[in-house]
Amino acid sequence: MATAAFAEAGADLELVGVHKRFPGFTAIEDLSLTIPAGSFFALLGPSGCGKTTTLRLVAGLEEATAGRILIGGKDVTDTKPFQRPVNTVFQSYALFPHMSIIENVAFGLRRRRIADATAKAHEALSLVELDHLATRRPSQLSGGQQQRVALARAIVNRPALLLLDEPLGALDLKLRRQMQLELKSIQEEVGLTFLHVTHDQEEAMTMADTVAVMNKGQIEQLGAPEVLYELPRTAFVANFLGQSNLFTGPVADTTADSISVNIAGSKIVVPRARAKRHSGQVTIGVRPEKLSLHLTAPEKTAETNVLGPGRVIDVSFSGVSSQYIVAVPGLGSIIVFAQNMGAGPMAPEGAETWVSWKVEHGFGLEDEASAAPRFTADDDTATIAVQKKRALMSELEEA
Amino acid sequence: MTVQEGLVIASAADAPHPPRARRAQFSLGSWLLPVYTALALIFLLIPIAYTFVFSFNNSLKSNISWRGFTLDNWTNVCNAQDVCAAFGNSILIGVVATVVATALGTAIAIALVRYRFRFRSAISLLLFLPMATPEVVLGAGLASEFLGAGVQKGIGTIIVAHIMFCISFVVVTVKARVSSLDPALEEAGRDLYGSPAQVFWRITFPLLLPGIIAAALLSFALSFDDFIITSFNSGSATTFPKFVYISAARGIPAEANVIASAVFLLAIVLVIGQQVTAASRRKRLTRVG
Repeated sequence: MATAAFAEAGADLELVGVHKRFPGFTAIEDLSLTIPAGSFFALLGPSGCGKTTTLRLVAGLEEATAGRILIGGKDVTDTKPFQRPVNTVFQSYALFPHMSIIENVAFGLRRRRIADATAKAHEALSLVELDHLATRRPSQLSGGQQQRVALARAIVNRPALLLLDEPLGALDLKLRRQMQLELKSIQEEVGLTFLHVTHDQEEAMTMADTVAVMNKGQIEQLGAPEVLYELPRTAFVANFLGQSNLFTGPVADTTADSISVNIAGSKIVVPRARAKRHSGQVTIGVRPEKLSLHLTAPEKTAETNVLGPGRVIDVSFSGVSSQYIVAVPGLGSIIVFAQNMGAGPMAPEGAETWVSWKVEHGFGLEDEASAAPRFTADDDTATIAVQKKRALMSELEEA
Repeated sequence: MTVQEGLVIASAADAPHPPRARRAQFSLGSWLLPVYTALALIFLLIPIAYTFVFSFNNSLKSNISWRGFTLDNWTNVCNAQDVCAAFGNSILIGVVATVVATALGTAIAIALVRYRFRFRSAISLLLFLPMATPEVVLGAGLASEFLGAGVQKGIGTIIVAHIMFCISFVVVTVKARVSSLDPALEEAGRDLYGSPAQVFWRITFPLLLPGIIAAALLSFALSFDDFIITSFNSGSATTFPKFVYISAARGIPAEANVIASAVFLLAIVLVIGQQVTAASRRKRLTRVG
């Protein structure tokens, strides 16, 4: 049996060369990862990328095909889930329907024979502001309340490591925000290590100290949210975390601190320090909000890149800002976000425009140019734009 | 008639008719259905009512013609030869067969749903066979097996036979419940420091309980009721159905009617009691919620 004592603080989680093969496919390939104690770590990726499998491996609900898992320096690879100082908030909450809320929360404490289980369970319920519902059954609670109970049921055990499996997925926007805040403050209060799995980039970026973007069973890039956003290393990260305009071309010229790439006849410059590849075919990216839209050809200086002329083929107005899609011959479409400084959008549909951005805002990707669209069909810039447009429209309808 | 009426209703629903015209069309259906329902219920209930009424008959040797009201049959049930012994045997066999079949069947059902192993689908299919096979075949086959093995027929062989066919029904009933059980619940139990035994007894078992109870009731009813397989494998032992069958030749004693009626009334009371408690629990929950 587990010891009848709480973890004093969060513990490091270490994955060393973990593989997980299921009959027919490989879910995780050679995953190595260290999550320092007390951090809020998010695994971000599309469905089927292996993030939930990683979580289940850490919880002990799946067995690794190869590799070791260490929690707080102790090898737990061969232990059973109930022997690990880890608790999970399940995606479906998995509250026991035949027990009252308080019995649910006290379940873990009772199994470990911890004194005052009921009192501690009430305390945990108070933390999520649900103590007044202690005698109810899970089916009598709303989705948001169930989620908070699931959270209380996990943190009441003071695990060294708390695993969250898309726990906010089923909540509406307002509840999501509340829960995000609540999770953050709970973490600050009790100082656990959080491992959060999600496909929602916004959730990952707002909550986590460190985000690891996962794709096809491997971690593509890991770092602080700002770093990932400002300097994505691969096309996958550039498009999964926010939107990006990507251009591929051969390197035309290099200097001590910059490289320039020939993109459909235009020379695009990117700082050497922000480019991962310095020769051959290189993919340059820039975020839509970093672009400026011009109705007349801007002067090209050493500090700016200019592309155009092109035509505005779509404008979607969303109050604070507008999104423009500019079709540039030979380049495809470019997405531009611009604040609505004047009255209404600054360029009408069909207008001839140029786009420019500061050299320091560009980034060069590590990917082979040919491998760039790793997720093909539904994630080219145009589709993202259409999806964004739909989302905006539905949001406007709700308001 | 129903087709035409259906057409009328459909067109009435399509176009906004004045409500009076619509009511006129419905009136035919509004008395036909109750009459039809009443006839069907009477047809179903007549044998039971007959049995119940004739349990009060002041009968002699046979219990076919009405000879006046008496409570003697109810107060002295065990007067008729062997009827109580047969009834006792049936209860004993039913209880033992139910307990064994429910325990085995539940374990099989969990294994079939939760685990992947060789011959899993073959086993699933084979478990259906006793349900699909005619009882005469099962009974005769089992009887020749016992004969071949030199087993003395009696209560023991009846119990074995009943366990055999009850297991199939238990597996089918419990399996449905197991597959509707979210595996995440058991995973949550393991995650919350529950050992495998604790997870089973505190989470899996309580959640399967309604299915297990249903399976047990079904098993008991099937076992209590069974005549064909029993008569092949009973030897000299007598169960209640067998007693009734044998005595039918020379007149069933009214005491058999008493026992049959009592079993029926007991079942009705159980069902009504269950419904009432369920309804009151629902009411309590909604009041809280």
